[in-house]
Amino acid sequence: MSNWIKIIEIEDVPLMGSRKVVVGDDEIVIFKTKDGSIFAVNNVCPHKQGKLSEGLVHDHMVTCPLHNWDIDLETGIVKDEDNSCTKKYETKIEEGVIYLAL
Amino acid sequence: MSQSNEIKQDLIVIGNGMSGLRTIEDLFDITKDKYNITIFGDEPHYNYNRIMLSYLLSGEKTFEDTIINHKTWYDEHNITLHKGDKVIAIDKLEKTVTSQSGKVLTYDKLLIATGSNSFIPKTKGSELKNVIGFRTKLDSDTILELISKDKTAVVVGGGLLGLEAAYGIAMHGIKTILVHRSGSIMSQQLDSTGGQLLQKNLETYGIEFKLNTTIEEISGVDVVENVSFTDGTSVESNIVVFATGIVPNTELANSATLDINKGIVVNDHLQTSDENIFAIGECAEHGGNTYGLVAPLYEQAKYCAKKLADVESDGYSGSTLSTRLKISGVDLFSAGDYMGDETTEELILLDEKVGVYKKLIIYDDKIIGIVLYGDTADASWYLKLLKEQTNISDLRTKILFGKSALSGDSGHGGDDVSAIADDEEICGCNGVTKGCVVNAIKEHDLKTLAEVKTCTKAGASCGSCLGVVEQILVDTLGDEYNDTVEGICDCCDVGHKEIKKCVDTNDFTNVYDVFKKLNWKTEDGCIKCRPAVNYYLLVKYNDDKYKNDKRSLLVNDRVFANIQKDGTYSVVPRIWGGLTSAKELKDMADIAVKYDVPTVKFTGGQRLDMLGVKKEQLEPMWKDLNDAGFVSGQAYAKGLRTVKTCVGNQWCRFGTQDSMQMGINLEKLTWGSWMPHKFKIAVSGCPRNCAEATIKDIGVIGVDSGWEISVAGNGGIKVRVTDFFIKVATDEELYEYVKAFTQFYREDAYYLERTAHWVERVGIQYVKDALIHDEPRRKAYALGFEESQKHAQVDPWEESRKDGFTKEFSPIVIDTKNLPGYEAKEI
Repeated sequence: MSNWIKIIEIEDVPLMGSRKVVVGDDEIVIFKTKDGSIFAVNNVCPHKQGKLSEGLVHDHMVTCPLHNWDIDLETGIVKDEDNSCTKKYETKIEEGVIYLAL
Repeated sequence: MSQSNEIKQDLIVIGNGMSGLRTIEDLFDITKDKYNITIFGDEPHYNYNRIMLSYLLSGEKTFEDTIINHKTWYDEHNITLHKGDKVIAIDKLEKTVTSQSGKVLTYDKLLIATGSNSFIPKTKGSELKNVIGFRTKLDSDTILELISKDKTAVVVGGGLLGLEAAYGIAMHGIKTILVHRSGSIMSQQLDSTGGQLLQKNLETYGIEFKLNTTIEEISGVDVVENVSFTDGTSVESNIVVFATGIVPNTELANSATLDINKGIVVNDHLQTSDENIFAIGECAEHGGNTYGLVAPLYEQAKYCAKKLADVESDGYSGSTLSTRLKISGVDLFSAGDYMGDETTEELILLDEKVGVYKKLIIYDDKIIGIVLYGDTADASWYLKLLKEQTNISDLRTKILFGKSALSGDSGHGGDDVSAIADDEEICGCNGVTKGCVVNAIKEHDLKTLAEVKTCTKAGASCGSCLGVVEQILVDTLGDEYNDTVEGICDCCDVGHKEIKKCVDTNDFTNVYDVFKKLNWKTEDGCIKCRPAVNYYLLVKYNDDKYKNDKRSLLVNDRVFANIQKDGTYSVVPRIWGGLTSAKELKDMADIAVKYDVPTVKFTGGQRLDMLGVKKEQLEPMWKDLNDAGFVSGQAYAKGLRTVKTCVGNQWCRFGTQDSMQMGINLEKLTWGSWMPHKFKIAVSGCPRNCAEATIKDIGVIGVDSGWEISVAGNGGIKVRVTDFFIKVATDEELYEYVKAFTQFYREDAYYLERTAHWVERVGIQYVKDALIHDEPRRKAYALGFEESQKHAQVDPWEESRKDGFTKEFSPIVIDTKNLPGYEAKEI
């Protein structure tokens, strides 16, 4: 059973940017893409553990800042590299607030 | 001059091989309208590259790879090709040819390019089946069909072709014996030392050599079964390949009663004893010589084509032969009189362990012969010295170490092709010079290796020079090389040049409009294109009219700090000119202590790097630094990083100028504006150059009478020493040149192109022409830079704290105590 945890107001996530969420020892990153969609994934690139929160956002994709791996935010899967992925988290938005399923 | 209205003449070519077809191609370069062309070829193929037969045999290339003229080429040029049909008679009075299939065609001009046949010396058993030569696709196919692991293949003849055949067979793991009549292999092209080195190398491929040996007898019922040698041994074998030479194929010409000697006798315009009949290639004899290598044949083709097109020329005057062995992993080159005699001298360099052997035969202070083994990098240079009969007496102590050893200039490392003179030949097969290639690239806007090959023929034959050709292409095009071929990234099909042009000629307010205009395949672009387009907009409009799009910046440029492998950042405040004070150091130390900075390091750019700073610490740390009077050092920026200085005449007893103060002035002048890539300056107070100015984007060196400016240095992967730019007498002139050069670079270079790469792409002369010889232009660029600086010289640390950008740096911390799935962790 997952719990919906209230995280942040949607307008506090910059467009085409991200916010980092610290949950215990884990880091989750919330992205807002150009079309306004919200995504949440584990803040770790499966390649060399780069912080995806620092990456460049394009379409529904983020490019890891360390070695330019593209990660699909819809699935958490690395583009052209089906075997690597980072964990994806469910999100929902209610009254302008983003909730994360933890 | 148009001949399209005239009635075309009929040109018939007998032989569908390399020299005949090259003549036609050369003819087309002059005129396409003069002839209706018909070609007869007895092989059932389109024109293929016979030189590649050894690669075909070894399996390193497919037959398709070796085709020079595809069906489309014949079609495009309306050439009638009768392949697999042999011409059996020429009637020079009636001007007709008759083919095996019964065709009788008339000609106005006839070109005989029948090549040669393998010469198989009379040997006991040589009439048996599976005793073959090595000349054609069919020969190669036959060999591939027959060889088998439990039988030995025998190759006769230790010349170029024999070795290539043996290599091709041995590559299939077949036991191969090579018999050679004399005591060292390739005795036509190599002296015995070179021959032994080569033999040793080839033995590692599994070829067994029998020197001073010939075949005693080939025995078998119908086919080869056993081969015995003159050394008394014998071997069970099923194939004997003779590579013992070629005989010009003159049969047809002979029956047509043309003058024949060793080959069909031709004059300097490749005409036979009948002026309407030409002969070219291996079947022809010019000046008493017949040729079996491709380079001379192609030279002949040029003159033959001119005559056919009625263009006047001096005519063909014979060729200097040079040879390259086409065996992968073996570098061998020889040319001219490589043996010498008692009147000649030899310069020799021999390193048997490494496998390098170079020998130059000198007569009367000129090179007359060359043998290179193991290191053929300077082959074209030596060949040029030989052909031009250059007096080498001044070079002789260094000449064997190669061209690069002469200048003593290792600064421009790696770029061997830039050292090649324009008139130096790079493709020996086709006689193409570097200048030809460079001009073709520029004139015909060539972008790919394939285009260069098609247009210039460089690398189109044996292919051993393709690496050099590609390097020239890369050098000539610079970054455009890859970019334009495929677009700067997967999102688009356009190169930097086209994007810049589009930005320059249209108005845009954001990167996405540019994407739309240029038909991007993605909505948002990617890590490669978005920062580039953002930069081009920024440099066009300056910071006041275009808002730098933070979301289109690489991480470091966006957060004004350098990301490290663990996701923390490094913080580098600006230390103007590398000069600091006890107070500044104390302030910085206090701040480093306050934020518990794990690593503090001096950088190569004379400042302090505080590494391991967490993202959420950046804002308060910047505030403390700002309060202490520091601004961002922009160690992350595609823009000015540092101005490195030496002590200069304030303290140094050798100093001629105040380099420290000049460094501070230049840093204050140039920091701020975004550039295509990072940018570094250094100022040395005297030519001892302690600030290492000659590997910076701009290097300034003080001399008694002023400043020497040099540009486009680089200390990275490939060290590049700056090019000297200009010497100025006053500080004001120095400032103007620095501003103008910087702005010209900002506007002209491609995104992520350092000054070194930019200058290598466009040439230093281009930059000098714009800035030194054109004063109004220089002043305009200097002014343009000042304009940009007005809005760019804003401390990004202070600005981003004040405009609220740093708010997003702080993490959202979820209290795990309230999360049933998460256990509270003890600290």
